[in-house]
Order: sequence, then C-alpha cells, then structure tokens
Amino acid sequence: MATSLNGSSAASIVARAQGLFDDLSFTAARAWKAAEPGRKVIGYMPIYVPREIIHAAGMLPLGILGGGDQLEVIHGDAYYQSYICRIPRSTIELGVSGRLDFVDGMLFPSICDVIRNLSGMWKMMFPNVYVRYFDVPQNYKDGIGGNYYVSELSELVEALGTLRGKPISDDELRHSIAVYNENRRLVRELYSFRAQRPWQAPAAEVYLVLRAGLVLPVEEHSALVRDYLAAAEREERPRRDNCRVVLTGVFCEQPPLNLIKSLELSGCYVVDDDLLLVTRWLTADVPTSGNPLQELASAFLHHSESTAAKYEPDLKEKGQHLVRAVRRSGAEGVIFACPSFCDPALLERPMLQHVLKDADIPYIAFKYAENSGQMQPIREQAGTFADSIKLWSGA
Amino acid sequence: MTVIVTPKAGPAKQVVKDDSMLKQKEMMAAHYERLTNAPETGEKVASTFVPGNLNELIKCFDLLNNLPEVNAIQSGLRRQSGSYVLEAEKIGHSEDVCTYVKSDIGMMAKGNIGPNGKRLPDPDVLLLSYTGCFTFMKWFELLREQYKCETIMLHTPYMGDGKITKNMIEYMVKQLKEEVIPKLERISGVKFDIDRLREYLKKSAVAEDDLVRVLQSAKSKPSPIDAYFGGIYYIGPIFGAFRGTDDAIDYYKFLRAEVEERLANGQGPVTPDGDMGQEKYRLVVEGPPNYTNFRQFWKMFYDEGAVVVASSYTKVGGVYDFGFRHDPDKPLETLAEYCLGVYTNRSLPMRVDMLSNYIDEYAADGLLINSIKSCNSFSAGQLLIMREVEKRTGKPAAFIESDLVDPRYFSAANIKNRLESYFQMIEQRRAGARAAA
Ligand code: SF4
Ligand code: SF4
Repeated sequence: MATSLNGSSAASIVARAQGLFDDLSFTAARAWKAAEPGRKVIGYMPIYVPREIIHAAGMLPLGILGGGDQLEVIHGDAYYQSYICRIPRSTIELGVSGRLDFVDGMLFPSICDVIRNLSGMWKMMFPNVYVRYFDVPQNYKDGIGGNYYVSELSELVEALGTLRGKPISDDELRHSIAVYNENRRLVRELYSFRAQRPWQAPAAEVYLVLRAGLVLPVEEHSALVRDYLAAAEREERPRRDNCRVVLTGVFCEQPPLNLIKSLELSGCYVVDDDLLLVTRWLTADVPTSGNPLQELASAFLHHSESTAAKYEPDLKEKGQHLVRAVRRSGAEGVIFACPSFCDPALLERPMLQHVLKDADIPYIAFKYAENSGQMQPIREQAGTFADSIKLWSGA
Repeated sequence: MTVIVTPKAGPAKQVVKDDSMLKQKEMMAAHYERLTNAPETGEKVASTFVPGNLNELIKCFDLLNNLPEVNAIQSGLRRQSGSYVLEAEKIGHSEDVCTYVKSDIGMMAKGNIGPNGKRLPDPDVLLLSYTGCFTFMKWFELLREQYKCETIMLHTPYMGDGKITKNMIEYMVKQLKEEVIPKLERISGVKFDIDRLREYLKKSAVAEDDLVRVLQSAKSKPSPIDAYFGGIYYIGPIFGAFRGTDDAIDYYKFLRAEVEERLANGQGPVTPDGDMGQEKYRLVVEGPPNYTNFRQFWKMFYDEGAVVVASSYTKVGGVYDFGFRHDPDKPLETLAEYCLGVYTNRSLPMRVDMLSNYIDEYAADGLLINSIKSCNSFSAGQLLIMREVEKRTGKPAAFIESDLVDPRYFSAANIKNRLESYFQMIEQRRAGARAAA
C-alpha cells in the first residue's frame, strides 16, 4: 500500500481530477508550459505512445481523447461523414477552436484507419505543428519487429531532440523510464486495490484519477494516485450488493463519465477495464540499465497489453487476456461497451465473446458515443445483467 | 478493397468481340474452376488481400490465390451480398462494420458458394498481408477462428510521413525472409526458389507497363476509356490472381492494342450500352464504387456524357503510374516497396497531391468522391481531401455516399440528384470562365 499520505480526502482528490477532466481548454497544461520559457507540449491520442521519450525531452505529454459530452461540436462535423465515430470530429473541434493552440506536436498512434488518417489531416490543417503517425510493429520477434520499432523510436527521439534544440541522451531516457515505471506501478496498485474493494474506489473515481495522468506531469500524477490510494484505504465507504464486471471496448473514444457511473448505480462494480490503456500498457517494469530504446521495444513486444489494435499471432491466445482479467479481478461477467462505428472494437467483439462463452463467462454488449446522453437503456441492461449474475451465483 | 469483375456483368455487345474481354472472362472462369476443384486436385489455397497481394510469391509455392474481397465483389454484382451481410449481422456482427467482411462471413455461413456455383475451398493458409487497412487484421483473425488454419502476418508500415524509409523496407524484407517464406515453404511443401520469383516479377513488370499505357490513354480528349467503371475491369487480372503470369501479359497486350485503336479512331469508352456518346465531362473519382447497383451507377455517368479519366480506386492493388514496377533484380525489396506504395497505404497529403495532379494531368473538370460507408481506410478524411483538392485546382468537387456491397446504402435517387447538380455546377463554371475570357 502506498505510504505517502498528505491527508487529502478522496473527495478533494477526485474534485481536482474532475476539474482537470472538465477543462476543455487544458489550463493546467497551458500553465505548465508558461511556467518556463522553452517548454513544449506534445499531444497524443489513444492507444499507446512511449511517453517516456516525450518526458525525456523535458516536454509534457498530453493525452487528447476527444471532447467528451460537454464540447459543442460546431466545425468537426463538417470533416466527417455520419458513419464515422465521434472522437476524430471532436478532436478536430478542439484543434480548430484553438483549444490546442499551445500544443507543439501531436502523435497519432497506430490504432485504426480513422486515427491514422487524422494524422494526415492534422498535417494539412496545422502545418506548424510537429505531427507524427506513430507506427508500432505487428511482428513480435526482437530481430524483426523489435529492430523496426527501435528505429521508429530513434526517429521520434531525434525529432523531439531537434524540436527542443538539444539531443535527448540515454541517461535522460533512463531517468524517464524509471519515473514511468513508478507511475505504472501505482496505477497497477490502484487497479488491484479496486479489484479487491471496488466499493472503496468507485469506477468513475478511478477513471478520473487515471485521466488526470493524461494532463498532469507524471511526477504530479504519481503523487495524486498515491494520495488517492491512501485516502481510499482510509475512508470507509458504503458497500453495495453489486456484481463484479470487467468493462471492455472502451480503449479509444471515451464513454461519458455518466455511463461509467450508471454501471455502478445499476449494480455492476467495474473491477477491471481497458480504459486509458496508455497508463499501464507496459505490464512490467522496463529495465533502467542497458539501451533504453531496446528496453522500451522489448517491453512493447513481450510485456504489453492485448487489445483490438494488436495482432494476436497465436489462435489459442486470442481473447485469453480478457479471461485472465476476469479471473484476476474476480469478475463475474463482462460488459462490452463499444463506440458506435468503431471497427476495431466491434470486429473484435464476436471473437472475444466466443472465448468468453467457452470459458462460461456471461456478458452483455451495447454501443455508445462520447456524447451519448440517454443512459436509461444502458442502466436497464446493466441492471438486468447484475440481477441475472446474482441469480446464477445464488443458484 | 477490391476489384475483379467477371465480364459477364459488364459491357454487353462489344465485350463479345474484344479479345481482352474474352481473355479475362476465360482467365477468371478457369481460376474459379481451379479454386473450387482444389479439394479434388489437391492444390493448396492461400487467401490474401488485394492491397499487398503477393501473387508472385504465392505462385512460387504452387499455391492458389483466393481473394475474399473479390468474392465479396462477385457477391455484390450477383446481388447476393445483401443477404450475406444480413446473415453475418444475425450471427453477431455489428451493423456498423465493413460490409466486405460481413459479406464474406455471411457467404461462409451459407455454404461458401463461389461465382461458378460451386463451393469455394477452405484456405490452407491465410496470408494476412496487412497493408493499408486495419480491418484486414480483424477480418483474417475472424477467418482464422473459423478455419483454424495457419495465418501469416506481413505487416506493411504506413507511409505517414509520405516516404518509404530504409527501416520500413528492412522490416518488411526481414518478415518475408524469416517469417513469410519459411512458413509458406512448410505449408506448401515447396522449397523457395528466388529465381522463380524473379521470373514472375519480370512478367509482372511487362503487364504493368501495358496497364499504365492503358490508364494514361485517358489523358487524350476524348478519353478512349473510363478509368473508374471500365478501369475496374482493366485492373482485374493484375490486382487479382494473375500478376506475374503469361495470361496477364497477353491480357494487357490485347487491351492496350484495343485501347490504342480506339485512341487512333478518336473513339470514347465502351459502356454496357455500347459506345459512349459525346464526352461532356471529365472527372477524377476518389473512392471505391458501389457493386450492388454497379451498372445503374455507371449509367448515371455515361447517360450524361461523363467519363472518369482517373481514379484512386484503380490504385488500391498497386500504384504504377509514377514509375514503380516490380523489379526482378531486388525481388524481396520490390515486394516490400509494392506493398508500401498501394493507394490506401499513402498518407492523406499524398492522396491530395495525387488527386490534384490527376485533375491537372488528365485535364479533368473536377473531383467526385464516392464515400463508402464501410471503408474507414478510404473514407475518414475525404471531406478534407475534397476541400483541399478544390482549393488547389480551382475545380469544383462533389461528394456522394454509398456502400460497396450493402444494397441498403445505395440510394439511386439521391446519387442521381447530386450528380445532376454537380454537372450543372461544372457547366456554370465553364460559362463563368468563358465570360471572363
Ligand atoms: S473509436 Fe474506434 S474507429 Fe474511432 S478512432 Fe477510436 S479506434 Fe478508431
Ligand atoms: S475497410 Fe475498406 S479497405 Fe478495409 S476491407 Fe473494408 S472495404 Fe476494404
């Protein structure tokens, strides 16, 4: 359990995180940048970028996750057909409305064709910003995918070094790796705490605390997670007679906060999820000795999360990460929540469902958009699911 | 994304007398016969995709190339895709996802009957040439689940920065050498012979030369071809199972001769209703066509005297018009370069450049985008592409929406209206330009 206690209440920590979440002008990141001349901010989208490299350049990695349900999309819709998900249009909205005018670079990870193409749009629309499509290998052999990835990482290191006017050293990278190792350890601790006592760390709170890490400098975020863990441990919260579920499919376009809250209100404790995977993508500490880029590459190849955007070379392994998440967190069922029009999540879903069926794990599925307002159907579905799980486990 | 169409569904009277059409028809029929007879003949089958299709390599292992995208197109043309898509949705696939995948999965669920009325064989290997489209990965993972056969991933990095780097080529060549080739050797029982590959690549380049001549004939006025609706026939062999064969060389030789003859005679394109009338509008088209109402869609163009002089869809299985040819002197590198260069693997700025240049080089009146509901790879960003191309060329652009093989998303009335307004807009611009002159 974390030791650094400053006595803050869970409510005050969550209130701070909520403030960061609500702030669509990114005031905190702007303030960070303004505090010292020459500071730079690099935005990134889901699903994963090695934030260590941005940090090593002395820059602030800033997670850009669309506009949620509070942003009025005025221009963004003119860029997308109705059958494309929401996140790119609200992200464009953030861009064209000037909310990202302090961002010096944007990384678009290899997750799907929509974000891939958004990288090109960004290049055309914001020609003064450093834009990179961040490709990752789909081959997991060190000598093949690993070599390719190390070269890709080197290009990023070089580009960010150029952007700040001084090359990034290996020692800077090693230091940043250590800082992020610590952050990931804390995030994992938070997840295992919640899996054990979900009533002490409600899903919406965990989400907000995690999400703060996409805006704050990592050191500050680690302190925040530590404080939250301490508070969650300390404060007794009422325990409901909820069932325990893993929430999956929510790895890119964000579900509205209300959706996450609704699940718990309707009887489902979320004990694991694939929200904000960047915060725990690497599942083990990255060694801080040796060649830092090799180590980052090796961690990516051999110790990283499974998700729809990643190829699973072994048929027998397909979907097993989800079964393991269920077992590890003591979940009784799985909720598939997928963004409408999301090919990766929706094409993956039937395969995962087959695996769950074989493992005798119940599930339900629905779609959402980041700006979905009507939660009643989801509440009803989740409520019925919770009831039926209780019925089975009682039988 | 894809392309092969059997001539059966295409141009009527002229088809019969064109050597190229006859040739293609024979080639396709023979190929489907070989495929459907594979369980009896013992030939092994590799399923793969059109963008990043490694036909020369597949042939080195005596494997038969089966392209699920092409099967989906065939289902679309034969008006069976609608029921296949519904079948896939019934068994749990979302209404939101790519209909090529659903058409394929629905067809499997309903017995996997090919265009020749016989059952298509189960693949011995899924060659997941992961090029230009994320959906490919999910598609073959889904098929792997069904067929439980070996699946080989070949990852083509995306040209995000508009260039092919040494790192990309090395990565792909390594995958070919250390993963793809050894696995294909094991599955086929045939030892890899790089000289055999060179021979096939040499043949590819010959056919590619002729294809480019055909496509570029559209620079003439009037254009002797329609480079979208007609172009889909022309790319069939080379994007499908015939690149690297003598058949493809012959086909493109015939085709080129026919097109050159039309050119010499000052004739326009052949349409399903015979020779097209006077060429009134010259368009560049971005995006795949609709296949469920293919002829109806085409007719909306040729009835108005609109000819497509260049299209991006005819570049999804390879971009040859900027000089790339399969090169037997660097056999694996050339395969890598080919995959990297296909249209859907190009960044958006590259696509804007290509389309704008086409408008200039082919003296087109403007850009028409057919935005496909299924296809995020093509569609995401097309509205910006449209505005950029308009801005750069000063030529009007228009936007229509349909789907590849889902008949629910083809609204003839809407599309026709849009096209009519677009043609009027072109007329107005011309009148304006004349007045200003
Ligand atoms: S929500 Fe899905 S389709 Fe949309 S950008 Fe994210 S991964 Fe791509
Ligand atoms: S998304 Fe587009 S490119 Fe990919 S399989 Fe579907 S139609 Fe083809």
